[in-house]
Amino acid sequence: MINLEPQTLKRMVRNVFSTRPDEIGCDECFEQLDRFVEMTLAGKNAAEAMPLVQDHMARCRECREEFEALLQALRTLA
Amino acid sequence: MADRTNQEWLDALRGPGREDALADLRVYLVRGLRAALPDVPEQNLEDFAQEALLKILAGLDSFRGESRFTTWAFKIAIHEAFSELRRRRWKNVSLQDLVAKYDAGDFTPAVLADRTASTEQRVTQQMLLEMVCRLIDEELTERQRQAMIAVVFGGMPGSEIARRMGTNRNALYKLIHDARQRLQRRLLARGLSVDDVMEAFEG
Repeated sequence: MINLEPQTLKRMVRNVFSTRPDEIGCDECFEQLDRFVEMTLAGKNAAEAMPLVQDHMARCRECREEFEALLQALRTLA
Repeated sequence: MADRTNQEWLDALRGPGREDALADLRVYLVRGLRAALPDVPEQNLEDFAQEALLKILAGLDSFRGESRFTTWAFKIAIHEAFSELRRRRWKNVSLQDLVAKYDAGDFTPAVLADRTASTEQRVTQQMLLEMVCRLIDEELTERQRQAMIAVVFGGMPGSEIARRMGTNRNALYKLIHDARQRLQRRLLARGLSVDDVMEAFEG
């Protein structure tokens, strides 16, 4: 028997319902990540300027982790 | 580290100043990796930086100048480091075993008791889980099913699933995207909306 936390089921179903045809993949996200992170560091609204990158990172844990690490490190290095 | 413009970085890495530029870049990458991964041993950070330098040199022509060169280089280093750390963390987990754990064939799915939910909500949650599991079984290809179970239930990173399936992280994302689109069409065809679903989880 599979036991599922309600929050896992909720996240999964919401993820399915919010699927959009124009989503970008990890490669396209990665290509644009340096620009996205620099906009964020500059205090600009990167999510609004690059909504498909934002949408991808909301769905893809690995790309989101790498963005967060990049942001944190660049803040430390600044 | 010498302050260089993007063009100066490219010229140095392609020309006679290459050794100095590489040494500067290595120091920068290791410092950044140390900030991002404070718990990882220094030798590993050096190794990740070295691997990243090779990728950076091989990919210089793909730098489009849309950010500072060092930001572009550092995103490659972060990607290298995280990919390797994920690989090490999951190296002893087989995809078949992980999927089998959640996919016993004649299983009856159950939502763990949600203490905040009303009786009616719990019934709806159970109905939704059964519907989603049935759709996963009936509508998806074997590869989509395996990938989705491994990601959603097993928590395995996409890159690790991809490695085991002989593909890459991007193609795996597309595979799961197609699966989500298919499930979305089927749920909508059954008259379910996102509001119905959220109602079942919110108190």
